[in-house]
Amino acid sequence: MSVTPQDVEKVALLARLTISESELPEVTERFSRVLNLVDELNTIDTADIVPMSNPHDMEQRLRPDQVTRGNNREALMASAPSQEQGYFLVPKVID
Amino acid sequence: MSWEIVMGLEVHLQLATQSKIFSGSSTQFGASPNEQADAVDLGMPGMLPVLNEEAVRYAVKFGLGIGARIGERSVFDRKNYFYPDLPKGYQVSQFFAPIVSEGVFEVPLEDGTLFPIRITRAHLEEDAGKSVHDIFTHETGIDLNRAGTPLLEIVTEPDFRSADQAVAYLKTLHSLVTYLGISDGNMAEGSMRCDINISLREKGSEKLGTRTEIKNVNSFRFVERAIYSEYERQADILESGGTITQETRLYDAENNVTRSMRSKEVANDYRYFPEPDLLPIVIDEAYIEAVRATLPELPGAKRQRFIESYGLNDYDAALLVPHHDMADYFEAVVKACNAAKPAANWILGDLSGALNRNEVSISESPITAERLAGLITRIEDGTLSSKLAKQVFDAMWDGEGDADDIIAARGLKQVNDSGALEAMVDEVIANSPDQVAQYRAADEAKRKKLSGFFVGQIMKASQGQANPQILNALLLKKLDDQS
Repeated sequence: MSVTPQDVEKVALLARLTISESELPEVTERFSRVLNLVDELNTIDTADIVPMSNPHDMEQRLRPDQVTRGNNREALMASAPSQEQGYFLVPKVID
Repeated sequence: MSWEIVMGLEVHLQLATQSKIFSGSSTQFGASPNEQADAVDLGMPGMLPVLNEEAVRYAVKFGLGIGARIGERSVFDRKNYFYPDLPKGYQVSQFFAPIVSEGVFEVPLEDGTLFPIRITRAHLEEDAGKSVHDIFTHETGIDLNRAGTPLLEIVTEPDFRSADQAVAYLKTLHSLVTYLGISDGNMAEGSMRCDINISLREKGSEKLGTRTEIKNVNSFRFVERAIYSEYERQADILESGGTITQETRLYDAENNVTRSMRSKEVANDYRYFPEPDLLPIVIDEAYIEAVRATLPELPGAKRQRFIESYGLNDYDAALLVPHHDMADYFEAVVKACNAAKPAANWILGDLSGALNRNEVSISESPITAERLAGLITRIEDGTLSSKLAKQVFDAMWDGEGDADDIIAARGLKQVNDSGALEAMVDEVIANSPDQVAQYRAADEAKRKKLSGFFVGQIMKASQGQANPQILNALLLKKLDDQS
């Protein structure tokens, strides 16, 4: 599996990471190495094996539908860089 | 050129749980911003989700309600995208192994036929928060009260060919989920939001055209209008030789157009992967059967029963059944007066009219089912004419007591005594020689119309209390006999 610099740029964009022009060759190379490892795993025949979605061999435990959390806005907002009238403020987003 | 419209719908249904899907915060609508968002909902580092059992039960209930397959092992996945109202940077959803799959939902159309819609899947997920763009000038406000509210996303195959079908499906779905009690179905509060995938193709062609997705349409009427407006837009482009861009659009109800949502254009690549913080949900046969035992009678079965055991027609049954409060009210009235057709007429006519005018729901009706039954009983036994009955109805609406109280208090009894009616007829005939002569000179066809004058005079003299059937028979006999 070979990864192109364009693939890396796309993934970086999706992950909101900045990768400079000078870093790109090395990141591409390291990316490829990881994926090559995965390719090696792909050669194993897993036709009869149920996909594992979690390393713990357990089922999800459920909780009863009860409200256990009240208003804790003040504490939770304390670390927000900007807030007003109970809202978190972020730079203007327009659709 | 003639175009065929092809649509699939995705409905986001807010489940009626008390608490959120992964946290103990309240889901109640209308709280002040961020007062119902705890550390889990805010995506604080180190917080772990704990799944709400009621959300799972509701999803299974829905699956059983449409006869779908319930996944014995369903898994949560992360749907990755960045948006300020999604604090974790991913939405916990189900992609590879949804809890419900492969169902068929039968939608009754106006002509009484059933139209099958294939349900591809229904999966559990958490809602995002809300971005508020119109309060602050230079910033966007974020309210995370809605973040973590449990949603069931119900996805259909591209089986719709008209806006009418889409709206019929949504109404039937709304009825089903409120019957099941899994959602309040309150569209104005966003409990049921619809995404429409829509493309056009030449009539007769098998190949699907490029589709657009219209997001978050939140009323039946807007769904219909959004579809028409997007149909026009796509048809215009195709007819002028252009191509459709696959994109997400937003319906602008004020201007009745759809607009491109540029922010969603860049990265429609969600890179799903299994959510490591949650384990698979395992559902066994015993659990499914226990949930099945709690299912109420569903709208389709109820419609059939109303037609068969009460002798209602398709039309009345289709109007009474969708809202279970109305169906229950109807059954309570029939139980007390044993007259199904009049009960249907009163409920769908005068009562619905009064409820709509006063914006009251039927469960809060000032006229109880027992009182409406009391009124119908007095019509059926001849005490009240339909005209008097309307007066009694209005008085009951105004809280003047039950039908018998009002009849007694206002002296509204219908005059059924033929001796008394005969005297009134004789008097009117004696006092109206001109009209009598005119009547007797007229031919059969005209006579019917002319007799109205006499009926009117007698009704006036009796203050509307003359039994119209008996009066008519007596009057015509007298007028015709001597001609």
